[in-house]
Amino acid sequence: MKTNAEVVIVGGGIIGCAAAYYLAGMGAEVIVLEGSDHIGNGGSSRNGGGVRQSGRDVRELPLVMYGIRNLWPNLSEELEVDCEYHQDGNLRLGKTEKHREILTKLADSARGVGLDVRMIDGDEVREINPYLSREVICASWCPTDGHANPLTTTLGFYKTARKRGVTFVTGEPVRELRVIKGKIRQVITPNNIYEGENVLVAAGLDSREILTSVGIDIPMTNSLLECLVTEAQPHMFDQMLGTAEADFYGHQTKHGSFVFGGSSGLERYNKDNGTPVNSSKTAPCICRGIMKYFPDLAKVKIVRTWAGWMDASSDGVPALGAVEEIPGLYVACAFNGHGFGIAPAVGEQLAKLILTGRTDVDLSPLHYDRYKAKI
Amino acid sequence: MNSVNDRSRDIGPFLPGPDDDMIICRCEEITKGEIRQAVHDGMWTLTEIRRYLRTGMGLCQGQTCGRLVKGIVARELGISPAELEPATSRVPMRPIEMEVFAKEAPEEKEVGSYED
Repeated sequence: MKTNAEVVIVGGGIIGCAAAYYLAGMGAEVIVLEGSDHIGNGGSSRNGGGVRQSGRDVRELPLVMYGIRNLWPNLSEELEVDCEYHQDGNLRLGKTEKHREILTKLADSARGVGLDVRMIDGDEVREINPYLSREVICASWCPTDGHANPLTTTLGFYKTARKRGVTFVTGEPVRELRVIKGKIRQVITPNNIYEGENVLVAAGLDSREILTSVGIDIPMTNSLLECLVTEAQPHMFDQMLGTAEADFYGHQTKHGSFVFGGSSGLERYNKDNGTPVNSSKTAPCICRGIMKYFPDLAKVKIVRTWAGWMDASSDGVPALGAVEEIPGLYVACAFNGHGFGIAPAVGEQLAKLILTGRTDVDLSPLHYDRYKAKI
Repeated sequence: MNSVNDRSRDIGPFLPGPDDDMIICRCEEITKGEIRQAVHDGMWTLTEIRRYLRTGMGLCQGQTCGRLVKGIVARELGISPAELEPATSRVPMRPIEMEVFAKEAPEEKEVGSYED
């Protein structure tokens, strides 16, 4: 088995798989190590499929806008899978004046970095999506947002990266990194020692413990998010939906089913058995949220629910780029529950950063060492 | 769980079979040939097969085809079906209407409703 490469990637989620795909496309030899038994087993396969710009922090907006302009439009062809990418806009819905305030503020700051997003009133919302209830009084509308299938997209990056010669090893949880002669060099698992000239740590929440072995600490905590999917329904709408209150988000898939995610507010105090499991309270709560916006869906059957952990940082945006104090080391973690839509851009820009030292988008606002105390 | 699995291991070429058109997952209409091809695309666990093809993601949640898919994937990989972990079962056990599921905690509980 191959244990030595130009780049060793820790983490076989969509970020690791996308970086591997673009690195291999630029001619690099790559090994990807996944701790669990399955590729894309964390947030990559458990998210709601949003490919959105609106609602994001201005520090990460240029990167996701770059991906939506340059990478998403051709992704299905490139990855030889149906990514089910739809670019039919995103409505972030509001029901109260307080919601309008939140959404207006977000829209104003996004327009400041060049995103086409504007506030519309309830009637205009229902012109775009006639199924929404009268409770909706406003929304932010971003026509270039959309959604895609996280499962086929993640596994598509894996499939094509593997075809390009990338070595993937699952069941290899990385315990430690080692610096040799001032540079990153070794990646240690319980079974093997891998060596790379460059190491990219993209292991979600586990990145924190792995990076601790070389003295880097990225403050993150876990937070559970839960999703549900309905039986297939006749086609109703193509927009991605979210709310100011964050009580649910979701879309109708190509398959006809609706995928909705949400929260109960009790996430931080949930009990778990070491794997992300659903709480009995959350999915019913998401259902109550959905029915207020979409009364027509009350009779639709829920087929399945699932949960996933997000890697939450104190300021809600990822830690991304080179770790200057350890040459050859790169990080990509703390995506805070919205790493899917931005993943192709992250993978492509990191590949360029690792092999050429340059990126098209400035990553400095996402520097891993930006966390400062409040006073 | 967590045994090292090198996804570059050679499992031989994909050879078309006479029964590749046979439907295995009836809910999502996935054929034996699609499942075998997915293994050659790198989907080596039942969880990956399910996420890639939607086998077992329909109304019956794999209660009909789970064992069949397992047998096909194991044969394609040249391993025993016992070595493959089943995909995770998910709540609810049977499809349930949103308005029924939502009643887990009624918003306005009447006094004395515990006896109901």
